[in-house]
Formats: sequence, structure tokens, C-alpha cells
Amino acid sequence: MNNKVLTVSPSPHVYENTTVRKLMYGVVIALLPTLVWSVVTFGIGAIIVTLVSVVSCILFEYLIQKFLLKQRPSVGDGSALVTGLLLAFNVPSNLPLGIIIIGALVAIGIGKMSFGGLGTNPFNPALVGRVFLLISYPAQMTSWPVPKGFSTGYLDAETGATPLGLLQEKGEATVSQVMEQAPSYSDLFYGQMGGSLGEMAAFALIIGLIILLYLRVISWHIPVSIIATTGIFTGILWLADPTQYADPLFHILTGGLLLGAIFMATDYVTSPMVPKAMWVYGAGIGVLTVIIRVFGSYPEGVSFAILIMNAFVPILNRYMKPKRFGEEVSHGK
Amino acid sequence: MFKTFPKGGVHPPENKLAADKAIEKLGLPKQVSIPIAQHIGAPSKPVVKKKDLVKTGDVIAQNQGFVSSNIHSSVSGTVAKIDQVIDTSGFRKPCVVINVEGDEWAQGIDTSPDLIKDFSLSGEEIRQKVLEAGVVGLGGATFPSHVKLSIPEGKSVDTLIINGVECEPYLTSDHRVMLERAEEMLVGVHLLMKALGVEKALIGVESNKPDAIEYLDQLVNEDPAIDIYGLKVKYPQGGEKQLVKALLDREVPPGGLPLDVGVVVHNVGTTLAVYEAIQKNKPLVERVVTVTGKSLQDPKNLLVRIGTPVRDLIEAAGGLPEDTGKVVSGGPMMGKALKSLDTPVVKGTSGILVITEKEAKRDSEVHCIRCGKCVDVCPMGLEPYLLKQLAQMERYEELEDNAVLDCMECGSCSYTCPARLPLLDYIRLGKIHVNQIISNRKQK
Repeated sequence: MNNKVLTVSPSPHVYENTTVRKLMYGVVIALLPTLVWSVVTFGIGAIIVTLVSVVSCILFEYLIQKFLLKQRPSVGDGSALVTGLLLAFNVPSNLPLGIIIIGALVAIGIGKMSFGGLGTNPFNPALVGRVFLLISYPAQMTSWPVPKGFSTGYLDAETGATPLGLLQEKGEATVSQVMEQAPSYSDLFYGQMGGSLGEMAAFALIIGLIILLYLRVISWHIPVSIIATTGIFTGILWLADPTQYADPLFHILTGGLLLGAIFMATDYVTSPMVPKAMWVYGAGIGVLTVIIRVFGSYPEGVSFAILIMNAFVPILNRYMKPKRFGEEVSHGK
Repeated sequence: MFKTFPKGGVHPPENKLAADKAIEKLGLPKQVSIPIAQHIGAPSKPVVKKKDLVKTGDVIAQNQGFVSSNIHSSVSGTVAKIDQVIDTSGFRKPCVVINVEGDEWAQGIDTSPDLIKDFSLSGEEIRQKVLEAGVVGLGGATFPSHVKLSIPEGKSVDTLIINGVECEPYLTSDHRVMLERAEEMLVGVHLLMKALGVEKALIGVESNKPDAIEYLDQLVNEDPAIDIYGLKVKYPQGGEKQLVKALLDREVPPGGLPLDVGVVVHNVGTTLAVYEAIQKNKPLVERVVTVTGKSLQDPKNLLVRIGTPVRDLIEAAGGLPEDTGKVVSGGPMMGKALKSLDTPVVKGTSGILVITEKEAKRDSEVHCIRCGKCVDVCPMGLEPYLLKQLAQMERYEELEDNAVLDCMECGSCSYTCPARLPLLDYIRLGKIHVNQIISNRKQK
């Protein structure tokens, strides 16, 4: 006992059991219900697209770190896996492989690694990839397979319009006429509609949200503020003129709103630090989404709304600080 | 619902291994090394020299100025030398080294266990005796207690808070004092109330010590001046500012003291020391220390003379295990890792924690993912990730603007960081530079 060499280091001497890797795998677990349901709904295409996206994201990150940046590759942290999954969730399940690989390269190469890798990218990498593809391959990116139950069809899947697409192209028709063609609310809830492979099944995404909250990966502020703002804004429009505007529930259940609110906007790196700022950020995404959907020329606007608000995050972090203890002296009740 | 402070905090595994172990008296060591600076403020001045004979309780170093404290011999024997010995800080500091011979107490000290409830001293007399007895804050900060009893001109105090929170994992010394020495401690509460001239005292205890809450509740049943409050278990509730916020919903301003919102906070152990100083005429020469750790054979609570080498305490708990990585003075969140087992126990030593090699190893850091968990857990409303960045970039003015000096170094940020960033290490470094800048500015 005399000659024992003791480690001397500053406090604290114990650490919580969470690591970056565990948080990332928490997100992966939360994404699984949606992935499974997507395969059930769209068939083998969902698996192919997801696998290709994940593998290429991990591979690109590895290669870029190893040969371009000459860093020790850190793909083991699981963040490239999450980006790969989210990119796949944001594209149709019949997207040709080459396009997915390009999307992965843009997501990882431009969206993430060009800024220095995990933690330094200002924009959500998966959305950077997705928006790049949407602009570069508008035809392929908006040919939505219709849900037919599990099938082995991939590129030759039967396609149709998304509910929001119907709304966008309604022309002179009233909303109630469009609604007759659109899926019912229960179909929307169970993802029985055309769309990106991971955005449709509201119930699976909500299970994902519960998992994320239970594992304490995210706080509830961002999803709730996005969904609430979208609901309130579309609710006002709907009350003003129900023949022109769809109701709030329709807006919340369609398109990528839930996927965006639960998984995309809550990305640690590109979202604000304090609850106060999270409210503003979420509200901004909600308002922009509705503006793009209702008044813009794209049927769907969640991706753009999130990317635009991503750009405001540094400003929000700078000006919306947590309340400093004792700043306003309180003297009790 | 138990009360707690609203913003931040963490809940590390409690690991109160020695909670059921009654306080044992540790045998006298062969030699004690008593540092002359065991408190915040000016080091005391030794008043003994080599070969002097001292008795237990004799003053061996005199306080220097108002914020300072007397140091007493904790044993009887011969002064061997006045030398530099490694203390808790890891640096060599002047110590009075005494060879122990027998155990003869100085005259006038009552060492009997009898409870003496009545007192007739005035507030000023109580303060004076606390000063003479060398009582300092035993919670770990070691601020001289008589200073906290002297209310400066223009301030007023309405409430005394007794801190029985013991929010650090592993530590149980305050818990045991509340169970075994509660009656004496409660007399101490009244002495402190008298010295401060307040009518109301609150004792805050975390709800993981239900036996202490129940027992104290029973004892103060007939005593309208003292209230016991159970608190939700959350670190760092034992921090003065957090405790005042939790109990009274008052926020101490930045850079201020609880005094600024009419409160004075004393620790449970300090309160007992005040009782002994006044009712027993006994200076602060011993304290309860928890010796603990998962790898220790027999974690326990020991009544230890000040100056006893840490080695003796670990021997009493079954010896130092082979796989020991760190020995910490204090708790795992704010304690200081010791360099040597010869380090003496001082007035501020609340526990000795043995950590295994495996636990002592810190995972290598990865890049910040901006998850915001550090911001979330900071009880002072700071942004640790930002403070760390600014400190790393040596942008000290911005560091000051971002209230880095509010940081009390509770370690919640480093504890919770999933990227294992040494947040608090950099923040500490930043604080040193900012303090330097401020003192340079003042000199101009």
C-alpha cells in the first residue's frame, strides 16, 4: 500500500452512463418501427433504398475522414448511420440506386464533412442531401409509390400522387372535393398513402417519439412547438375559409411533418440549446412549412423550413441565453 | 412533493454505502500533521516551536485577521517540527507536526457525552467563542464560521438554514451526525440563531435520508422555531444558493452571498462543532469522516482527529485495495484527488473515497455534438459548452461577459457530457485568467 501510484485529476470523478454513440443508437432504435412499417407498406424497395443509403453514408464518411481529412475515422459513433437512415426516410422507395448514392455523397460530403464533421455542420446533412436530390432529380424524387402491402417490386412500383400533391394541384376545385380523393384520416395515421418511405406512418413515428423521449435523447420542446404551430396556423386558415384550406389534422398527418418534427428538426447539432430558443425554432419551422405548402409552389415544405431555421440556430443560441441564476433577484413569495 | 431547486442539476447514483454504519472513534495516530491553512482566508500563524509540549485543544496557530481561524492541537504530545507537508491541494504547505504521547486534554474542556441544553451567552459572546474554537464550515468550503455570524452594517438576516442535504454521492457523515448527535446539533441551531438574532431556522435534508428526517421531526415537535424540510434528491442541492432557492425560493444574486437575501447557511457538522465549542468549551479538533468506496472492504464513518494521515482511515476500513486508481478527499463530484496517502485529514475533509482503476479512467473525448445537455444541467444558468470554447480560444473578456465567475464548479456539466469533454477543466482555467484580469483592472 505504500508505493501505490495514485491518479490525480480534477473533479468530477464519476460520469454519467451516456455517450455520443449511445445517443445515436437511441435514434436508430426510435427509427426502427417506421422502417419496419415502411417495408410492410412499400415492400422490398424500402429495404434496398435504406441499405444503400446507410452503407454509402458510412462509406463516404470513412473514406473522406481517412483519405481527404487524414483523421482517424469515427464512423463507429453511429452518426453516419443515422444520417443514412434519415436520408432514406426522406426519399421515395423506388428511387434508383445511383441517385441515392449521389444523395449520400452530398449529405455526408457537403452537408457534414465539408464543415468539419459531426458537431460542426450548420445544416441537417440528411436534408441537405434530400433537397439536393429534389432539385436535381425532380421527376424521380416525386414519383411516389402507392402503398400496396409488401411486394418485391422495386423500380417498377406503381406510383401515384401524395395527399399534399392532390391539394396543390386542385386548381378550381374546393378542398372538400379534393378530400374525397384523399385517403381517410385512419389511412393517413397508418401510412396508407403515397410519399417518402419514412414519412407516412404517423403512429410509427409517434412510437419513435416516445422512444426518444423515454431514452432522453431529445426533449419534447421542438416536436411540440412545430406540431402546435402548424396546427394553429393551418387552423386559422381553415376556420377563415374551409373551402380553400385543408384542416389542421390533415396538415399534421400528411407530408414529412411528423418525420421532420420528431427526427429531422431535433438533430442536436443543428437545433438550439435552450427550451426558449427551441420554441422559437420550432414555431419558425411550423410557420414556414405552412407558408410553403399553402402559398408556395412546392406541395411540401418541411425540408426547406427546417434548413432555413437551421441557419438561424447560431443567432438563436447567441441571443436566447438560459436565465442566469440570481439575475433577477427574487425575495421569495 | 419534496421541494427542490428548479433549474439544472443531475442525479448520480447515490452509493451511500456507509449510511447504516454508526460513527466509530478512530484510534490515535502516532503522529499528526496539522496544516496552518485549513480554511478560506489568511493562514494562521504558528505559536508553538519544535519540542514544545502541547495538550489536546491547545492553540498551536493564531488566526490572522478577521477572515481566518485558530488552529488547535488535536492530540497531546511534542511538536516534532514545523514543516512543509503535502495537503489536500497536492502542494506542500506549512504544517505543525506533533508526535502523539497519550491523550491529555487542555484544561476546561468537557469531554463527557452529557447534553447541555441551557445557555446564557449573548450573541457577541457566542461569536467570540466560535472564533476562539476555530470552527469553520465543515461542509467542505471551510469558511470561518464566526465571519458568517457577523452581520455587516446594512444587512439583515431573517432565517437560518441548516444544511443537512449531503447531496454528494457516497458521503454519509452528515447523515450519521443527524442520527446520532441530533440533540446536540439542535442546541447548536439555537446557539446560531441567538448569535444571528433570528427567530426561524430551517433544516433541509434530502429525501434519501428518511430516518434522519423522521427523527429530527420528532425532536423539534415541541420546538416552533425549527422546521425540518425533506428535499427531492438532486445534486448540487447542498450548494448554498441552490438550497436557499429550494427552501425559500430566494435567489442569491451573482457574486453575492445568502446574506444578501437575508439568509445564513450552516452545515450540520458545523452546527455540532458550534455546540461543542460553546457548551463543552471544546475547540474543533476532530470531525466525522466517511471512508468509502465500492472496492473497500468495510466502508464506515469515523470520528477522526484533525491531522491524522488518510492512510490510517483507509487501514481502518480494511486497507487500500489492489485495484485502486484514485483516492479522493470529499465526494466524487467535487472532491480532490489526493497525491499521497500521507495527506492529513483537515477540517474540510468530509469523506475519503477510494475509486478503482477502472472507474478512475476517463473515456477519451469526442467532438461536441451540441446536444445542450450541459446547458440543461447547469444549476447556475450558464452555457458550459460555450465557456469551454471561449476558454480554449483564450477569449477571456467574452468569458467574463458570459458569467464564468458564477460557476461554482459543481461538475454537473462534465458529469453529463456524452462526448466526455473536460468542460469543467477548461472552465476552471478560464476562471483563473478572468480573475487575474479583474484584479489587474482593479490595480490600475
